[in-house]
Amino acid sequence: MLFVDLLSQGLIQGSIYALIAVGLTLVYGLLRILHVAHAGLFTLGGYFGVLITNQMGSFTLALAVSMVSVGLIGMAIYRLCYQPILNKPPFVALIASIGLFIAMEEIFRIVFGPFGLSFDNPPLQENIAVLAMNFKAAEILMFFGAIFLLGGLAIIAGKSRFGTAWKATVTDPEMAESFGIDTIKVRYVNFFIGSALAAAAGVMVALLNNLVEPTMGSVPSYKALAIIVLGGLGDVRGTLIAALALGVIEAFGTIYLGEYLDRDAIAFAFLILVLMVRPQGLFGKAA
Amino acid sequence: MFGLGAYEITLLTTVGIAVTVALSLNLITGFCGQISLGHAAFYGIGAYCAALMTKAGYPFAFAVVSGAVLSTVFGLIVGLASLRVRDDFLAITTMGAGFLFLGVVGQWDFVGGEMGIAGIPDIGLGKTAFMALTLLIAGLTIIYSLYLKRSWLGFVFDAVAADEDTARVLGLNVSRYKLVAFAMGTALAGVAGAFYAHHIRFIDPDSFGFIESISILSMVVIGGIGSVWGVVFAAIVLSLLPQWFQFIDDYKLLVYGGLLFVVMRFSPGGIAEIAQKLWSRFRPEKSSKMEGVQ
Repeated sequence: MLFVDLLSQGLIQGSIYALIAVGLTLVYGLLRILHVAHAGLFTLGGYFGVLITNQMGSFTLALAVSMVSVGLIGMAIYRLCYQPILNKPPFVALIASIGLFIAMEEIFRIVFGPFGLSFDNPPLQENIAVLAMNFKAAEILMFFGAIFLLGGLAIIAGKSRFGTAWKATVTDPEMAESFGIDTIKVRYVNFFIGSALAAAAGVMVALLNNLVEPTMGSVPSYKALAIIVLGGLGDVRGTLIAALALGVIEAFGTIYLGEYLDRDAIAFAFLILVLMVRPQGLFGKAA
Repeated sequence: MFGLGAYEITLLTTVGIAVTVALSLNLITGFCGQISLGHAAFYGIGAYCAALMTKAGYPFAFAVVSGAVLSTVFGLIVGLASLRVRDDFLAITTMGAGFLFLGVVGQWDFVGGEMGIAGIPDIGLGKTAFMALTLLIAGLTIIYSLYLKRSWLGFVFDAVAADEDTARVLGLNVSRYKLVAFAMGTALAGVAGAFYAHHIRFIDPDSFGFIESISILSMVVIGGIGSVWGVVFAAIVLSLLPQWFQFIDDYKLLVYGGLLFVVMRFSPGGIAEIAQKLWSRFRPEKSSKMEGVQ
């Protein structure tokens, strides 16, 4: 039973990683920027989720408001931070983004206090038995929430006009422009969707731990970077598989290798091993 | 000596170490264009190795050299692993190397685990002489960096940093020079780490985490990537600020993060670029000539 337990825990963890990492991959695919500050939006989403639930008493409302407002803030970050430096060498945006992320964490600490916030009446904390295993209701919500949101994204990307415009912009922005696609709008929507997904992940993680704290984005930020590299930078499907795979590998790794390496180190050892063999990532195309 | 109090001596020692470690990253990231987000790991390897050596009774000089050698060995390993990736991939790989280091020293008992290493022996020089030695090392690093920048190897690094593919077409063995840069930078970081360990005399994994890597990177980036004097200036200011202004110490990360962001957003060349612009404003006739040269 340990095997199935570890597998399901890994998949649940992986589904959070996936929600965060897909936003990063969307940004990378479009702008070639490693958007580290994305994890700051994840934390902000968690804060909005807790504050609004405590204020209004509705978790669903909190989730929706958090996703929309963080989505808008993501668009503002694009406009104010990334757009002016798009033509600079790649490290410029990367370092600016790291700086922004560190500053955001500090601002959360100053504004919301260093010790974190909890739900007054945390919803979905009861245990549910599934196939002789116990899950927290929040864990189940998280897993299926991630599938629902990412499935929705896949449908938008595959079926809608926006999806077509988005794919065209990723493949060749100038060509897309000449076909009348508003690439600027595509970028804004892209940031909105990615940031809203990160906010959803933040709210659900907050629910799972019944805690948001200023530094809760740190670990996901590094992990999500590792994941999108594994997934082959900018490849959404690769990112999804890499996220779930990493969740599972960590779950097994902490049991079998925990004596020698901690969770983060296992994740990055795996990353470095993969890059040695496949420098373009697990699912990336060879350059 | 020179009427310095204990406080000033501690400050100057800190500054000397900061300048050395910042220039060591500048060799890799600034001169050779290989961005590293895990530099604190090499600084840490030097610190851990040297601390364990002097605790085992070996002399300080021997400990510094072994710290530098061990750092270089791991620098070469990471460099080898990084040869196949570049730019963003490289940044993530080096960050991963940093986390691996933390995972190992935090987990393995013979290097102290989470508790770190306490009671690192005093090397018996006295605080003033130790400060002088640290400043000497920092001074030598500055001179070496300035010399390297104008040397043949410096030009090769420039070429690799500017455009790897072109450098390769010109017949340069890019992989070899990337490794050379990694070896030189990590060796220096190891030396700085050894000094740090014997200055603070207590080390733990937290001292060499991601935030420390970013602090070192801040010095290089804010000073101006690849510029020697800019990096030295930024290292001095950034290591002194938290000591001088207690309120900045509380908001140190906000200041670092904010500065990184603002500098990248408005002047990616850092302080060096700003200084150059100011200089050319006061000397307009010379700057117009220089533009033609560039």
